Amino acid sequence: MTLIPRAAVLTVGGVALAALMSAQSADARDQIRIVGSSTVFPFSTVVAENFGKNTGMKTPVVESTGSGGGLKLFCAGVGPEHPDITNASRRIKQSEIDTCGKNGIEDIVEIKVGYDGIVLANSKAGQVMKLSEKQIFMALAKQVPVDGKLVDNPYERWSQIDASLPDVEIEVLGPPPTSGTRDAFVELAMRDGAKAFPMLKQLRKDKGKKAFRAVSDSMREDGRFIEAGENDNLIVQKLEANPNALGIFGFSFLDQNADKVRGSEVDGVAPTFENIAGGAYGISRSLFFYVKKAHVGVIPGIAEYVAEFTSERAAGEDGYLTDKGLIPLPAADLKKYQEDGARMTRLAGL
Amino acid sequence: MSGEPDYAARLRRRHRSEMRFRFYGLLSIALAGVILVVLIGSIVLKGYSAFWQTHVRLDFAISAEQVDIDNLRETNWGGLVKATLRDMAPGVTGRRDKRKLYQFVSPNAGYDLRDAIAADPGLLGTEFSLWVKASDDIDMLTKGHLDRTLPESDRRVSDLELGWYDRFVGEGRIELRFNLDFFTTADSREPEEAGIQGALMGSFLTLLVTLALSFPVGVMAAVYLEEFAPKNRWTDIIEANINNLAAVPSIVFGLLGLAVVISLFGVPRSAPLAGGIVLALMTLPTIIIASRAALKAVPPSIREAATGLGASPHQVVMHHVLPLAMPGILTGTIIGLAQALGESAPLLMIGMVAFIVDTPTGFTDPATVLPVQIYIWADSPERAFVEKTSAAIMVLLAFLACMNATAVWLRRKFERRW
Repeated sequence: MTLIPRAAVLTVGGVALAALMSAQSADARDQIRIVGSSTVFPFSTVVAENFGKNTGMKTPVVESTGSGGGLKLFCAGVGPEHPDITNASRRIKQSEIDTCGKNGIEDIVEIKVGYDGIVLANSKAGQVMKLSEKQIFMALAKQVPVDGKLVDNPYERWSQIDASLPDVEIEVLGPPPTSGTRDAFVELAMRDGAKAFPMLKQLRKDKGKKAFRAVSDSMREDGRFIEAGENDNLIVQKLEANPNALGIFGFSFLDQNADKVRGSEVDGVAPTFENIAGGAYGISRSLFFYVKKAHVGVIPGIAEYVAEFTSERAAGEDGYLTDKGLIPLPAADLKKYQEDGARMTRLAGL
Repeated sequence: MSGEPDYAARLRRRHRSEMRFRFYGLLSIALAGVILVVLIGSIVLKGYSAFWQTHVRLDFAISAEQVDIDNLRETNWGGLVKATLRDMAPGVTGRRDKRKLYQFVSPNAGYDLRDAIAADPGLLGTEFSLWVKASDDIDMLTKGHLDRTLPESDRRVSDLELGWYDRFVGEGRIELRFNLDFFTTADSREPEEAGIQGALMGSFLTLLVTLALSFPVGVMAAVYLEEFAPKNRWTDIIEANINNLAAVPSIVFGLLGLAVVISLFGVPRSAPLAGGIVLALMTLPTIIIASRAALKAVPPSIREAATGLGASPHQVVMHHVLPLAMPGILTGTIIGLAQALGESAPLLMIGMVAFIVDTPTGFTDPATVLPVQIYIWADSPERAFVEKTSAAIMVLLAFLACMNATAVWLRRKFERRW
């Protein structure tokens, strides 16, 4: 009979021990750690890669945790086990600043990097959609006002909402509630659409924001709005297969797939690079990242990374980030954030 | 003779039912086969082109004065590449058009040039050609993923770029070459530069930790439970718990890993060590259950004979029972590891779903793993990542096939029949 290969067992055990021991020695980091929004992730990673190539320092590790998840990790404390920078596709909230403060993070530097448009797109094989925010709300809300009363959304075809819209079934693919894109879409399109109804505006006045948002923020659940997951490429593929469906995703995916899908006009404005940059297109949001000032100078490279992100060749009008679909800040704003980054100006308050 | 049943008819019916039964079996296998072929076929069809990459031949004539040979980092290599591109397409003046021209080749072309000069400084002062990677859009064009008949506004590649492209093809400057870099570089946000090595290494290191922890612990637990443990309520409870543990969703292990491995033990985030520990916890029940089944299958006569010849219980197990059970234990271990190889959910919690450019070399370096790399690429907006995604799936499948082949080989080696 063969004996158990004892040597093999010993080696394997040895490797495990050695690995566990080596973990103890990893304390101070020499590599930047970044967490946060999946929307900023594609831009943050390009900057990280270029930073690594140009400075010869270790390329930062960028995790895609979502804006909320990132800020939670970011605010957990000071020290090498906590991230240095967090990306966010929305502004930091007061409650998050408070959490940070409780955990000893007094100084946060806020950098705005640009804008991201959220588009409603359909296949090139379908018809051009010209929508208003009110119509978007009517098509996608769970409850809509009809004849002065809130009823479950009765609309099944676009033409029932407005005669100018095509006579096809309403079918919209969008991100799930965990996504920052969904939050922004609800905030920018659905709420504005709801405000277009005097009745809902009145509701907001009488019963407050909470009651209003219960109506404006609820997407319909009868199968006309389909949560298609976080993967925007998948939505593009599904749109190709179904010319009547609309999809909700970030501008960079429209930019990359301009041969397959077409962005719908919202309130008469098409989602083009120029319209989003100029602020004419309504559904666009700002992208940020936040730096932990206590880590600057302790973890090497943070100042250089911030400088790279805000540099003209990255975030400028012709920078490499615009190639990746980022809508750049106006020149004056970019200059302001360049200075904030260089001086590590503390975020004074919201 | 009236009450006599029709035996011939009954026999025919039984034969027919037998035939049907076999036919259903065949049908199931055929269905499984078709699904497998469609699945693998679609992945291979989409992904095989990622192993090739469009290259562009650039001609350089760089004098020794332009380059500081002792300090290669200081030279503006990108600028030299841009100058060559301007020579190749004379008459390009506008700022935007120039930008388009520079984007014809990969942004890394300058680094390729630097490496070429570093390898052979004798090139300075001579005229030489260098094949550099084309950008992802040009690559997609070469591979036929871009429709040139569409109106210009709907294409990623403008008419101007198409003009350059067609001229360069005529001059023999464009070539599809094997993309060795795909296997020797880690992730990048430029699709043409992105490779699988980082994730491959990350998966390997992670699985090594998983194996090192779960195999000895799993086998020892199984041996104790099967060979030594008394049968009482406690062992029953333990057994039920192990079986339940095997059914726990993997994300739960990720949360546990975050709370215990990272927060309590202080293992660095994103490290293969942390991932390996979490996956080991997940793999343990599979190994224990498979090992117990394998130990149970060893005939009691072996144990009795060994004991009869004077072997101690320890010797009975180590010399006789365990070696005989080893093929089954190894199979269980490989199945457990294969499961671990495909996991990404538990790793999300401990920071391994990340963009990491440096290939990990140790157990505490930040790393990612193959399924995560597939996920990150599938989620990237650039069109060229579609084929990379499929190619990464192929690499993952090849990795799995290697592991399974090892299992089969080990089983053959240790297998004993009686």
